[in-house]
Amino acid sequence: MTRRCLVLAALVAAATLAASLNVSAQAPIRIGVIEPLSGPVAASGNYVRMGAEIARDWINARGGVAGRKVELRIEDNKSDPKEAASAAEKLIVRDQVPAIMGAWGSSMTLAAMPKLEEYGVPMVVETSSAATITKRGNPWIFRISPPSEMEALGLEQYVDRLGVRRADFLAVNTDWGRGAISAFGDMLKKKGVAVGAAEYMEQAATDMNAQLTKIKGTGGDTLFLTTAVEQITLVMKQAQEQRLERRIVTTGGSSSPTQLIKQAGAAAEGSYHIVFFMPWFPEAMPDGKLARAFVDEWGKRGHPFEGLTEGFRGHDGIATIAEAIRVAGRDEPKAVRDALWRVSLVGVNGPIKFEKDGPAGKESGQSKPSIFVVQIRDGKVALPDFLAKK
Amino acid sequence: MAELLQHLVNGLVLGGTYALLGIGLTLIFGLMNVVNFAHGEFYTLGAYATFAALGLAGAHFFVAVLAAIACGTALGALCEWALLRPLRAESIDTTMLVMIGVWIAMQNGELLIWGGVAKSIPHPFPTAPLVLGPVSIAPLRVFVLVLAAGLIVTAYLLIHTTRLGTAMRATFQDRDTAALMGVRIGRMHTATFAFGSGLAAAAGALLGPVFLAYPSMGDLASLKAFSVVILGGLGNLPGATLGGLLLGVAEEFGAGYVSSGYRDAVGFVIIIVVLLFRPAGLFARSERIG
Repeated sequence: MTRRCLVLAALVAAATLAASLNVSAQAPIRIGVIEPLSGPVAASGNYVRMGAEIARDWINARGGVAGRKVELRIEDNKSDPKEAASAAEKLIVRDQVPAIMGAWGSSMTLAAMPKLEEYGVPMVVETSSAATITKRGNPWIFRISPPSEMEALGLEQYVDRLGVRRADFLAVNTDWGRGAISAFGDMLKKKGVAVGAAEYMEQAATDMNAQLTKIKGTGGDTLFLTTAVEQITLVMKQAQEQRLERRIVTTGGSSSPTQLIKQAGAAAEGSYHIVFFMPWFPEAMPDGKLARAFVDEWGKRGHPFEGLTEGFRGHDGIATIAEAIRVAGRDEPKAVRDALWRVSLVGVNGPIKFEKDGPAGKESGQSKPSIFVVQIRDGKVALPDFLAKK
Repeated sequence: MAELLQHLVNGLVLGGTYALLGIGLTLIFGLMNVVNFAHGEFYTLGAYATFAALGLAGAHFFVAVLAAIACGTALGALCEWALLRPLRAESIDTTMLVMIGVWIAMQNGELLIWGGVAKSIPHPFPTAPLVLGPVSIAPLRVFVLVLAAGLIVTAYLLIHTTRLGTAMRATFQDRDTAALMGVRIGRMHTATFAFGSGLAAAAGALLGPVFLAYPSMGDLASLKAFSVVILGGLGNLPGATLGGLLLGVAEEFGAGYVSSGYRDAVGFVIIIVVLLFRPAGLFARSERIG
């Protein structure tokens, strides 16, 4: 009996000691991450996660944020909007994160947004392009990726030099794809370009021959393609099978030209890609040193090179949130939200600073990211021919 | 007119792939009465097995396809033996739940082994299309179509002309009577499931190079396979073949002439209509009841 008492006392003492140690060692700052880690766009989501981990490790190596380590809480949204909403709820309620980065696809981000407003937790949107995200009047949204309209404006200056006269569209049937068709369509019509077919494909679809046959019938010269790299590969291969001789321009920055060269081969030759990071020539990025370091670190970790055009988003998103927590001085959601309006940093993509977007009084934050166009030429990624000629 | 012909060819090529997916499932779902949600995973397995045999073992393309079929058949036999055999007396719902478990386990296993990045499977056919007047088609697609037709005919002959096929059909028509006639029921179950899974793996091995191999590729394949089986009638091989072709052509024309956003909807509207008016399947012969 006495021995048992002794053991119990020892256990209680040990527990108290452990608890007191826990208090004295600073608790880490948790940042929530929602990405598609499985499902049709899993590859992209995993690359963003890898980039986020690099940012976390860099921040921690520099001593963390206000002396506290950063910890990522990563949830899989399974490429499914329904899952994105429950992932957001889980991170907020269970893990009590002060901020979230996510959720890759526009449909997934839009599905998670009501939860942010309900609980009052900010989210940094790292990839999604649909305009509606920052136009809905959700004051908890801060986007570092360009909406399709901004991308279209970025491309506007090249439309004449590309020689676009008659354009067709093929896009994934999501908020992203539909938004891109309307944004690029408006920009092209303004430039006097005729817009032909606007076709859609389901996110998991593999056979796009019907759409391509229809597009072939319009007699256009350029095909704007908006989807993730897997479907771009399939469309390019099937376009080759159908002898569709078009200039192909991909939008959204998720085309991973290096992966296309590997998987679509000759079918990808000559295509143009709007990207937000050029890992092939990191020195040409706004902060060449940071871009170079990111590319090197990515390689050192054994991550595939083709993932870099997605991976930088994860880095920039986490860096933005960490900076906001530093500015706020505490990891409390409302303070982080207010601090996000004041952050100014340079990410791998370039300067990040939020401006107001959406209905007055309930504005979301929108940064103005850098936008680039590259081309696949002779099996390599190069600056587009119309720029190289100069 | 040129566009119409190209749509028709696209539809038939796509339909051929649906038929190939459907015939394996019509054996398992139609004959064995197992709602096999894992069918698409055997399709995925076929694609990855081909990729592994080509890339890791350096095998010839045709050897790799055969290896993938063998792999799918073996795993199908194992799956039946280990999971379905102990549940033979249970209801269709129980086996369905088990197969949902197999589906999730296999898909996540694939994600674990191969990662989420899609794999491109190399093939020895030229990428330049064959051009016949207004219509063009990739040589690989022609090869897939021919082989699919061969597999469908082989499956039909096996089920309808061999002793094994007769024993299979007898087993699922009346188990007890078949057992009394000396048919080894357990083996027939295993053989049928293995054969159906082998056909799914064959579909994956053939279509993997046409598309891409990725862990969730089986989901769409399962969906289409079930559609084809329902269209054609349970256990009806010619029905599944025609159902597959019909679904392919309907989707193609739906996307080409109605709206590409509603491509899948066209297929499912047809299924709803078929279920309303011919619930036994489009190609089912009228049955004597009682």
